[in-house]
Amino acid sequence: MKRLIGLTAVALAMVLAIGVPHAAEKLKVGFIYVGPIGDHGWSYQHDQGRLAIEKELGDKVETVYVEKVSEGPDAERAIERLARQGAGLIFTTSFGFMNPTLKVAERFPNVKFEHATGFKRSKNVATYNARFYEGRYIIGQAAAKVSKSGVAGYIASFPIPEVVMGINAFILGAQTVNPDFKLKVVWVNSWFDPGKEADAAKVLIGQGADIITQHTDSTAPLQIAGEKGVHGFGQASDMIKFAPKAQLTSIVDNWAPYYVARTKEVLNGTWKSEDTWGGLSAGTVEMAPYANVADDIVKAAKETEAKIRSGALHPFTGPLQKQDGTEFLAAGKVVDDGTLASMNFYVKGVDGKLPQ
Amino acid sequence: MGALEAVILTIITASTPLLLAAIGELVTERSGVLNLGVEGMMIMGAVCGFAIAYTTGSPLLGVGAGLLGGVGMSLLFAFLTQTLMTSQVATGLSLTLLGLGLSGLIGESFTGLPGIKLNAIDIPFLTDIPFIGPILFGQDILVYFSFALVAIVTYVLFRTRTGLIINAVGGNHHSAHALGYDVVKVRYACIAFGGACSGLAGAYLSLAYTPQWIENMSSGRGWIALALVVFSSWLPRRVLIGAYLFGTVWIMGLYVQAMGVAIPAQLLSSLPYLVTIVALVMISGNKTLTRINTPACIGQPFAPER
Repeated sequence: MKRLIGLTAVALAMVLAIGVPHAAEKLKVGFIYVGPIGDHGWSYQHDQGRLAIEKELGDKVETVYVEKVSEGPDAERAIERLARQGAGLIFTTSFGFMNPTLKVAERFPNVKFEHATGFKRSKNVATYNARFYEGRYIIGQAAAKVSKSGVAGYIASFPIPEVVMGINAFILGAQTVNPDFKLKVVWVNSWFDPGKEADAAKVLIGQGADIITQHTDSTAPLQIAGEKGVHGFGQASDMIKFAPKAQLTSIVDNWAPYYVARTKEVLNGTWKSEDTWGGLSAGTVEMAPYANVADDIVKAAKETEAKIRSGALHPFTGPLQKQDGTEFLAAGKVVDDGTLASMNFYVKGVDGKLPQ
Repeated sequence: MGALEAVILTIITASTPLLLAAIGELVTERSGVLNLGVEGMMIMGAVCGFAIAYTTGSPLLGVGAGLLGGVGMSLLFAFLTQTLMTSQVATGLSLTLLGLGLSGLIGESFTGLPGIKLNAIDIPFLTDIPFIGPILFGQDILVYFSFALVAIVTYVLFRTRTGLIINAVGGNHHSAHALGYDVVKVRYACIAFGGACSGLAGAYLSLAYTPQWIENMSSGRGWIALALVVFSSWLPRRVLIGAYLFGTVWIMGLYVQAMGVAIPAQLLSSLPYLVTIVALVMISGNKTLTRINTPACIGQPFAPER
């Protein structure tokens, strides 16, 4: 049933989104979002990037988007539709769109594709991601400083490397302050289900967590944190409005610089398929203004931020052990991007077992 | 707050919207109408509830608006299926799609706004009793109402003349018509009742569960409610059991995960569906009872001969 709804919703959304055919010279830039723009998180920030393209490049471009596209076969149809409608550059903005994007790209060799958070590329498919783990390391540090119980709750979506590295970065950051800091992880198997995310937050708080952080897209967990009088962090965008007393800071995704740059490259013919992984230093990851914390914690967080930005500090620096105690990174070594992008284990200190 | 208390409170919140929507759909189906648009009515209830609560500042008015939002959608369904004789299945499905789309449109200007919470009641002394107080006397009105609804619906369906008429219309609309009952009118009323309950369930989502408006926030709960009705073989008390069983297993799944017990999270996520279906099928072992309670005319169109 849900599939059917998704499918029809996609069809409806496309009718709404695509509208009238365009004048020939404009570059049509298409976007596929996994959630509704109104999620005020992941998809919302991608859409901000789309708006930035429109603002920056004005009448040289035309943008279209399809929101609420479920990962899987529906995605392929939605992407193909955009390509058929004459889009010259298409951003597919969720991990699960990886294979559909590659399939459609094969059939449309002249269309450029950009897939977010994936690891498979081809001649006309580039990948891009942001080093959110840098932000998660910072909030991990702040969490350990603010927490009284020494326990944080982490609401996670799917056990993919992107999410796993975030969890690891968080606990590594926390351990720099409190080596015994505990992290409880609940997997909700969804990117966006406010009710379930809220339930998970309540359960975690019930088990002693006084810090709630999340790798899902809704504002619900943070809101619960506010209701229960504990603290939390926003996800993807600044969510302070939803939890004025609870949000300490937020890891903000800022796709605008990347999207504008890539669109310009297509316009002047210099675009090529590559992998871009920007972080704090590239401006793709930003920290929202700190709130509800003591000045010294803000100062420490800003120092860490500056160190990561300048390259002096990498969150994953040895010696690091996996959860079972085996070493995976020798002292003084910094993890390489390949290991990060395929991370499928917890580091020492995370509670519970990683679902495989 | 003790861990057990926290768990029970969470279970109540998770089960209430399912219970509300399912009990309404039960009445609709008892009258012989299958309305697959529960999800659409629920989400409309959520957006109307949020919009009015936000505009007026009163969560109670929001609850009323949510109810009306659900009723409005259900009357559209009733008009299409009862007056224009469209297919109930197709119309129900489109109602869901319409609700999801329309609510997104209405809610556009309300996304990203902090919501107004429907507060729990607070009875001096009683609510302060440890453990029992917050659970029994510290819920919001919709939680109490959902329980009252189960009792009222049970009473009306099985102990009153109105209930007999509803069951007759759902069991054999030709006979009911021959006896002089206005089948279409009865069905209109039952559909509207179902819509009101779904609307309340939606208002519960946007005013109590997660007090904010987010597109698509019902995330499939309408479908779960629909399934609960069927698997409870159209008996209100079993809907209650089913909704709370689902809520309990759902929350326990999260709880067990947070404890760090090594059970695959994917299995825990699917467990509520499995357990609820298996349990309800098992208690439906009495075949005669099931047959008696299944509305024989469900999904069939009825056109009164003039």
